[in-house]
Amino acid sequence: MFDTLQQHLPALQVVLPLLAAPIALLFGKKTRLIWMFATLVSWACFYISIQLFLQVQTGDAIRYEFGGWAAPWGIEYRIDKLNAFILLIVSGISAVVFPYAQTSIEKEIPPQHQSLFYVLMLLCFAGLLGMTITGDAFNVFVLLEISSLSTYALISLGRDRRGLTSAFQYLIMGTIGATFILIGIGLLYILTGSLNMMDLADKIKDLHGSRTLQVAYGFLIVGFSLKLAMFPLHLWLPNAYAYAPSVVSAFLAATATKVALYAMLRFMFTLFGADYSFNAMQVQWLFLPLACIAIMVGSVVAIFQSDLKRMLAYSSVAQIGYMLLGISLANINGLTATLLHIFNHALMKGALFLALGALCYQVGNTHISRLKGIGKKMPWTFMAIVLGGLSLIGVPLTVGFISKWYLLLGSIEHGWWPIVVVIIVGSLLAVVYIWRVVEAAYFKPADDKVTGSNLKEAPLLLLIPTWILVIANIGFGIFATFTTDTSKDIATLLFRGVQ
Amino acid sequence: MTSETLIWLSLLIPSVGAILIWLTRKNNNLRESMTFATAISLFFVVITLLVRVYNGERPEFTLLEMLPGLSVHFAIEPLGMLFATIAAILWPINSLYSIGYMRGNNEKNQSRFYTCFAIAIAATMGIAFSGNLITLFVFYEVLTLSTYPLVTHKGDASAKRGGRIYLGILIATSIGLLLPAIIWTSIVAGTTEFASGGIIGDKLQGAMLGILLFLYMYGIGKAALMPIHKWLPSAMVAPTPVSALLHAVAVVKAGVFSVLKVIVYVFGIDVLADSGVTDWLLYIAGFTIIVASLIALQQDNLKKRLAYSTISQLSYVILGAAILAPISAVGAALHIAAHAFGKVTLFFAAGSIYTAAHKTEISQLDGIGRRMPWTMGAFTIGALSMIGIPPAAGFLSKWYMLLGAFETEQLVAVGVIILSTLLNTAYFIPIIYRAFFKQETPPKDAEHSHGEAPIQIVVALTITASLTILLFFFHQVPLELANQMVGR
Repeated sequence: MFDTLQQHLPALQVVLPLLAAPIALLFGKKTRLIWMFATLVSWACFYISIQLFLQVQTGDAIRYEFGGWAAPWGIEYRIDKLNAFILLIVSGISAVVFPYAQTSIEKEIPPQHQSLFYVLMLLCFAGLLGMTITGDAFNVFVLLEISSLSTYALISLGRDRRGLTSAFQYLIMGTIGATFILIGIGLLYILTGSLNMMDLADKIKDLHGSRTLQVAYGFLIVGFSLKLAMFPLHLWLPNAYAYAPSVVSAFLAATATKVALYAMLRFMFTLFGADYSFNAMQVQWLFLPLACIAIMVGSVVAIFQSDLKRMLAYSSVAQIGYMLLGISLANINGLTATLLHIFNHALMKGALFLALGALCYQVGNTHISRLKGIGKKMPWTFMAIVLGGLSLIGVPLTVGFISKWYLLLGSIEHGWWPIVVVIIVGSLLAVVYIWRVVEAAYFKPADDKVTGSNLKEAPLLLLIPTWILVIANIGFGIFATFTTDTSKDIATLLFRGVQ
Repeated sequence: MTSETLIWLSLLIPSVGAILIWLTRKNNNLRESMTFATAISLFFVVITLLVRVYNGERPEFTLLEMLPGLSVHFAIEPLGMLFATIAAILWPINSLYSIGYMRGNNEKNQSRFYTCFAIAIAATMGIAFSGNLITLFVFYEVLTLSTYPLVTHKGDASAKRGGRIYLGILIATSIGLLLPAIIWTSIVAGTTEFASGGIIGDKLQGAMLGILLFLYMYGIGKAALMPIHKWLPSAMVAPTPVSALLHAVAVVKAGVFSVLKVIVYVFGIDVLADSGVTDWLLYIAGFTIIVASLIALQQDNLKKRLAYSTISQLSYVILGAAILAPISAVGAALHIAAHAFGKVTLFFAAGSIYTAAHKTEISQLDGIGRRMPWTMGAFTIGALSMIGIPPAAGFLSKWYMLLGAFETEQLVAVGVIILSTLLNTAYFIPIIYRAFFKQETPPKDAEHSHGEAPIQIVVALTITASLTILLFFFHQVPLELANQMVGR
């Protein structure tokens, strides 16, 4: 029995949350029960992803044929070190976010929608895991749509009616992105007659001069850039994160853009090959300026936001800029930085959004004026925001420092001093927007008229998940060998063939 | 106990102390005993280490390794030992003073004050014992962040503004210039470990060496080289014990200490002397000394005048290093010690006047020497040390720096030292004159009648004033450590 299960872990990774979603609907209005069920599912998925991660460390990629249909015809799940790492991030964040959810949504989502929330979260979770694990190009699109559609609905669940328009905005832009991806995959299918990634990679090798292939590449890159919110295709992101329920913002910020980035990396490096991407298509010259602009513009705009969730959303635009910058350095250190930052940024933004959720729970919203007095009245929430912020800035002994270190190494390796300046200025701008928050919370005494006289620390069910991520921020910053070794390993694998 | 354990302890004691102070915040007397217990245990640990290092031991120890080549590593060398000893001697005295000051002025949030103070001391120990640039940088940032709540202690608009300038300059320079310099060094030299003779060697030449030096000198904002000195006067909004120990000793000395360390152990004095890219540093340091003194001359606020005097005195250390003669580097190291004791005394006196008489401006000080003889006596000794008159410790360091300047024929440096001595005299002697020889303007009401400050304050400043004089007569230990630093 156990052996059989062990053998089918790749399938279970996706099927488990996918089936759990309709089952959750059967519980009816018993939201607490659904919550416990969903939490257990997320933990089980985390366990599975750890197992898968350990399996690929020792040997080759795991190939799993769905339903026993052989590779180029059937759907294949293929897990190598890269997507095992991403699976670990997505399911790890979920394992922290699901326990947090119930307390948080009690205040943020109307009771009649609460069970729906869990169904959507599980679907979105399943979609993201599926996108990551699959070895089939068309499957990527299908699961992307599953996760996207549930995301649109999740965003619109927020109490703020502006959530509806932002969900609609995201729906339009997300659909355009998904369509671009579909066209790209369609063109590949026309060219090669195959949808299996390994098979495609094999066939694309002989087609490098093809104009159609170039067009397909263009469609795929633009499509994924939209989903991962590359500047200037990021316009959906700030509203979506700002008006979604806190728990949804935390979940999306820590996972959704990361998975889109992963999918892009998968197409760029595995299907087309690093050589094609960097030498034939010269994609780094597209990413480099846009990444630099994203870092600058995202950070500067973040400084002027008065809603903290919006501020973090713009900061995300900048942080995604760092990840793209890493890719555009086109060397191992740069790509290592990108992969590290996928992991590290998930931890920082997860921690910060969860802390804001705790704030929102106690004072109603996350406007900067609501921070008054929380330094004293909610010391643990405040400390979580400060530590998460330090990590975002990139102070040593936090994970942010490790990613920036590799980015700087990669840039200096090229002798690109202006890029070094961009990275540093980006960090300094982060100091400004984080410090605004600290000042607001630290200097102003609590105003009873705004927050009510009984402002006190958030419940433990919110604090513990937040602090798990905060501690992870420091832990992985101090003992960084695990993440850096893994990232470096993956980066070397992806680059094999280019140099 | 092994020396490794002692290094551990010197970091652990103030950190644990900070936690204990916070835990006992409900009971003032217990909390203050915690501060004392921590300060005194740290003192003994550091003195034990001092004896061993003095006898030639060089303990090392790696706390943790983030990545290969990126570790938090401690290695004691003579200069760091000197710096740590100064901080460890002054912390118990400063704690005594703090109690008198904080209670005498009914300050709020005293628990936060003592807690952050202990963290700042832990960071200072980390800087002093750091074995590589990464470790130095980590604790440098901890020191900045932990002193921020102290600077903004009052919580009013001016504290907030001061805090912004403080944090803004220190963080911007350290992340913007120091960190890139460290990463550059690590790429060029393949290591960030401090080593005598430097680690750069011949791997960088000419202009690149000059740029790297520039990044370091302005990246270490705590050394307050002009024009990035503004944070120091801004930090004067803090309560006086903070200005005394942190902004006259720990923080600023961390700055010049890092400058010395970088010049001696990263570049190497000989490498820099051969390259000839340090002339600008000499001129900037000289400029800072003179201009800061001129600004000090115009300040009526006593703490502001002392702050500008600090800026000027810090550049002495940089000047001593930039002369690039081993003997002037010795003078620079001695000056770290001499200035520490003298300046602490001066700030203690300023705080004492504020506590007893609620006066902050120099023009209000007529005749105060007769009311507060101990305070003004100590102030006089501190001022003599700043000017460099024997038998105060300041004389020694200036002597060694002058020797070095003559040896390398840096006549500009000689001129700067002499001119600034005159300026020092010009801005300290009038205060002493006012205090002792001018008639007090008769107080308008009886409330203004006051005597000495609380006993804790008087005892503290008497001790530091005595130490300033004792250092002149018993200077073997710091001198020997400084000599060991340059390998003489």
